[in-house]
Amino acid sequence: MATTTTAEPTRRDFLYVATGAVAAVGAAAAAWPFIDQMNPSSAVLALASIEVDLTPIQVGQSVTFVFRGHPLFVRRRSPKEIEMARAVSVSDLPDPVARNDNLPADAPATDANREIKSEWYVSSGVCTHLGCTPTASTPQIPQGEFGGWLCHCHGSQYDTAGRIRKGPAPRNLQIPVYSFVSPTRIKVG
Amino acid sequence: MSGPSTYVPQTGLTRWLDTRLPLVRFAHDTMLSFPTPRNLNFWYAFGAILTFCLGVQIVTGIVLAMHYTPSALVGSIPDSNLAFDSVESIMRDVNYGWLLRYVHANGASMFFLAVYIHMFRGLYYGSYKAPREVLWILGVIIYVLMVLTAFMGYSLVWGNMSFWAVTVITNLFSSLDQVIPHLGSAIATWLWGGFAVGDATLNRFFSLHYLMPFVIAGVVGLHIWALHVPGNNNPLGIDVKGPQDTVPFHPYYTVKDGFYVALFAILFAALVFYAPDLVGDPNNFIPANPVVTPADIVPEWYLRPFYAMLRSIPQQLAGVLVLAGALLTLVFIPWLDSSRVRSNRFRPVMKVFFWVFVADCILLGYCGSEGVDAAWHLGGIELSLVWVARIATAYYYIYFWVLMPLIGLIERPLPLPDSIAKSVLGASAAPAE
Amino acid sequence: MRFALPLGLVLGLALAAPAAAETTPPLKDVHFSFEGPFGTFNRADLQHGFQVYKEVCSACHSLNRVAFHTLSEEGGPSFTDAEMKAIARGYNVPAGPNEQGETTDDKGQPLMRPATPSDHFPPPFANEQAARTANGGALPPDLSLIVKAREGGPQYVYSLITSFGEKPPAGHVVPDGKYYNPYFPGGNISMPQPLTDAQVTFVDGAPNKIADEAYAVVTFLSWAAEPHLEARHRIGLGVMIFLIVLSGLLYLSYRKVWKDTPH
Repeated sequence: MATTTTAEPTRRDFLYVATGAVAAVGAAAAAWPFIDQMNPSSAVLALASIEVDLTPIQVGQSVTFVFRGHPLFVRRRSPKEIEMARAVSVSDLPDPVARNDNLPADAPATDANREIKSEWYVSSGVCTHLGCTPTASTPQIPQGEFGGWLCHCHGSQYDTAGRIRKGPAPRNLQIPVYSFVSPTRIKVG
Repeated sequence: MSGPSTYVPQTGLTRWLDTRLPLVRFAHDTMLSFPTPRNLNFWYAFGAILTFCLGVQIVTGIVLAMHYTPSALVGSIPDSNLAFDSVESIMRDVNYGWLLRYVHANGASMFFLAVYIHMFRGLYYGSYKAPREVLWILGVIIYVLMVLTAFMGYSLVWGNMSFWAVTVITNLFSSLDQVIPHLGSAIATWLWGGFAVGDATLNRFFSLHYLMPFVIAGVVGLHIWALHVPGNNNPLGIDVKGPQDTVPFHPYYTVKDGFYVALFAILFAALVFYAPDLVGDPNNFIPANPVVTPADIVPEWYLRPFYAMLRSIPQQLAGVLVLAGALLTLVFIPWLDSSRVRSNRFRPVMKVFFWVFVADCILLGYCGSEGVDAAWHLGGIELSLVWVARIATAYYYIYFWVLMPLIGLIERPLPLPDSIAKSVLGASAAPAE
Repeated sequence: MRFALPLGLVLGLALAAPAAAETTPPLKDVHFSFEGPFGTFNRADLQHGFQVYKEVCSACHSLNRVAFHTLSEEGGPSFTDAEMKAIARGYNVPAGPNEQGETTDDKGQPLMRPATPSDHFPPPFANEQAARTANGGALPPDLSLIVKAREGGPQYVYSLITSFGEKPPAGHVVPDGKYYNPYFPGGNISMPQPLTDAQVTFVDGAPNKIADEAYAVVTFLSWAAEPHLEARHRIGLGVMIFLIVLSGLLYLSYRKVWKDTPH
């Protein structure tokens, strides 16, 4: 405190400051286990990848699976939907980056960079705005203007390649690592 | 809390706050400027050490509860239960979970080690005597709450020792059937929430185990309040006569207690990091099994003196009464001690019996650790430990109910010093001021 | 007198450790690399021990609490990720329902899939009854925590599995289907001798006498019982050094604060 006076201020102060500093460092180090324990445990981090059987999915149908606790979209796109996705120029997209974990981080958001096989669209079902699950268009009931998905929380619209076209969402739907283990089966994660 | 406040707010903000909620004044008067006898020794650091222990248990406990599942039902692992599985998951999967759990489990042992030293210190220096009776009784209440909390905490592992500890201790209530038929059994059934110890029991124990530390913290607040009204006792057991006898709590005792807390933490860390299972029981690494009782069923070390008392009495209800009486006796100590002198430093006779009492408690703990049919062989004579425990139990009661009232009347205490300051200055051979 | 109180309490704490059983011989005096304040697991021992568990113990004993991914994690046997995944694939675990919602095949057998890193070691028997039926009524215990769940810990397990084939003392009756083992409570164990010399051929050609195999498998099981033992020792050292430094500084501060105050 400012009002404290001592006979030999510097030496005393140094010892007390050093003691206090060491104690503070210890307290900070001790805090880490208490913080880190809330991070995902090793069991959660090791959680298995999932395999999805594609045979029951009809053309034009979008099916939602659960992958690592989040929705996963798998859509069997019709030739018309593929056509719609390819007709757009990357420079017209709000987010020109592919957001595809199977490709380099700066890959452009062309339709070809959004799928492994053009008939099968696979992505996270988490709206990049605030995490709601968008609703898929069907041939009977369109959702939004672009034939893809509409997020009802705040009106973000995605096209048939899962790219953001309109609304508050900043990024295209994220595509996780996945691969075809057979022509009708994919492994995600 | 006692005496005039020396706090002077320095800034506009603290002056403003002081007239609305004198929080800073309260903290200043109780933790900084509080006049504390200058002669408190090492044994008086255990109040601070116990506060440290309570803090550690609450903080680690809250974190462990984030990962714990209070369920006796079987999960994905056969012949186990979800509670045990979640504890093992804390030990294996949760980041630093093993550390947090070892600190919490061994923290209970360290907490009891500290509280026993604290209690023996109070007994030795007569800290229970007027005007500190309420302070002492609040301490006894804290101790009983600690025992209950520790017992319920031990059950949460839902290992085989947990399960059988709960079964045996809750069955103590069935002895009340001998007073009013069915009363005890009804209480036991009510405690269990079923016809046996099970899922419902575990759930309620978890709930109460989480609640109790906060109750303890509340009573600790009262305990400190009751300490600050008369002020600390001291090793001389004489009253503070004036400012020359005291020093402000800060920095004198913050730094001294801080040093002793750090020493205590070294012992604590040694246990946690190098012998984390020393005080545990191997049977509690086996999931609870309601049809197989462990061969040697013993409570944790800190409850074994009372366990020895219970086992030494062959009649069920009498054993329970002796156990309860041993705890209840502690409440009456302030009125059982007839001596006009507080500190055993000036009581040559009582001092001897005090140390015998300490040894007696350790002996009881030893008896409680051994098997039911253990015996000593002393030169051809076989002395069953049950009898040793009986004699030790008798001394426990005699110490409080016979020796304390009697010796105070017949003992001639040594002459007391005039004041703390005189005693201190004389002892340090410093020139008198 | 001043020290009688702490001494007594420390003594009381020491006595808290239950005494060893009277009738069994003293445990074999074997020292493990992971014991003591600086102890660590020997990687080769852990990998050999895993091989012993896999080729011998796992025929009857489960290892329910150990997940495959821990085999390649820090402080463990340190298999590479690829080796760990290969080990996992070598085990089959129950699969989820197939597209028709079935969990069993045409013959009523459960549908299986290869294990993945997040799976735990599958048990050798479907349930307790199956295990008892296959083992003459005895239940082989799960080994995940066996080292901690037995008085004597690693020394006990080591002594037990290396002490088969000894002659029982006169008057000791060994019933049919039981085997004499001086370290097992009661002396009669349902487990036949599990290890013999050269029973397991280690991939790196390491010595495989019964003592080597036992030492390795006890090391592996000790890791299985406490996978973070090495982290405990490592962090403990840092904490002790820190606390000693802090205590020293607090002591100096204490001396300085009280310098002019007799007490």
